Amino acid sequence: MNIEFVLNGRKVSAAVDADDSLYKVLRGLGMHSVKCGCETTNCGLCTVHMDGKAVLSCSVPAARCAGHEVTTLEGMQEEARRLGACLAGEGAEQCGFCAPGLMMNVFALAKENPHATDAEIDAFLAGNLCRCSGYVSQRRAIMKYLEQVCGEVRA
Amino acid sequence: MAKYRNYVVAQSLEEAYALNAKKSAVIVAGNMWLRMCGLSKQTAIDLSALGLDRIEETEDAFIIGSMTTLRQMETHAALNAAFGGVFREALAPIVGTQFRNTATVGGSVYSRFGFSDVSAVLLALDAQVMLYKRGAVKLSDYQQEVWDRDIITHIRIPKGQRAAVQSVRVSATDIPMLVCAASLSEGGLRLVLGARPARAQIVADHLAPDCGMEAFEEMAGRTAFGSNLRASEVYRRKIAPVLMLRAARACREVTQE
Repeated sequence: MNIEFVLNGRKVSAAVDADDSLYKVLRGLGMHSVKCGCETTNCGLCTVHMDGKAVLSCSVPAARCAGHEVTTLEGMQEEARRLGACLAGEGAEQCGFCAPGLMMNVFALAKENPHATDAEIDAFLAGNLCRCSGYVSQRRAIMKYLEQVCGEVRA
Repeated sequence: MAKYRNYVVAQSLEEAYALNAKKSAVIVAGNMWLRMCGLSKQTAIDLSALGLDRIEETEDAFIIGSMTTLRQMETHAALNAAFGGVFREALAPIVGTQFRNTATVGGSVYSRFGFSDVSAVLLALDAQVMLYKRGAVKLSDYQQEVWDRDIITHIRIPKGQRAAVQSVRVSATDIPMLVCAASLSEGGLRLVLGARPARAQIVADHLAPDCGMEAFEEMAGRTAFGSNLRASEVYRRKIAPVLMLRAARACREVTQE
């Protein structure tokens, strides 16, 4: 079957099988920031936005996306540069494998709750696993990014 | 992984029901657990175009569409205010935000998962399952039934009660090793145990709100528990009265707010 949807602001069409995941289709369309980790909905690596909400693309049927808006990290390059600088500045990544999924969920957090506290950041990002950072440095980096988004410095 | 040959986005409940009459079809809700079942079906039926993703408040109840996500319930201000924030408490520990943005209440209720936090809370709140053909069925009855081909359209939760939930997990976002949901209404205190690890079950109803530890131990003694990788039957039986006590206490405190 053929589906049409809006990918990073551009209308695209793709031939998909009934049981294809959104993840697989996005990779096929060259969106290589979208990675597949656990495939059991636990790691958050494949996070993309669908109609503005962060979802796990490994679990969304591609056919469900027809007529919807999907955004990947490729479509948020300016935000990615800013958050990437915060992550680098805090030494918050080693291998960087989890970074695209983490970043997409941070962008969702910034939209939903830009004044998030440490505890709210932890809760919102609980579904993004990282085996390198220990999360503390990530949280510092995210706080710095949110400060930039809000234009305020927090203690 | 699940295999489908056709994917149909249903345009009406009648169309979905007709397609689902065949055993070779399956309703796709959040697709979180379904995709991992390894099942192979001719037709996957998608209900996402039917407007079943809304939470409506009436004078005496909340009506929740079956395609409403767990995250919508977790963050719905009126729903949480009406029931003492129990949905926020119960749903926030489930995996991650992205998971809850996709997993649906209908998928949780239909599947009668033995590990479900959702079913335990809804059972405590005396929810009804609204089925397309059969109409309203009490969740307590629906929980005991075998899976049929009817379609859940809504979940109805009557107002006038407060609820609280307690759970124990190996780690913060893991599946619970035991859940206790409590509700307090004019009819008294109701206690539900979930993740026993079996379908959530009402273990006591119409209790006095200030029920003591002895009574909870007696209830745990006559409730069936099992063992799995997360906890043994003995451990579950031991912690059940503690969770019941805490849930009942939390329920009283919420009511007194």
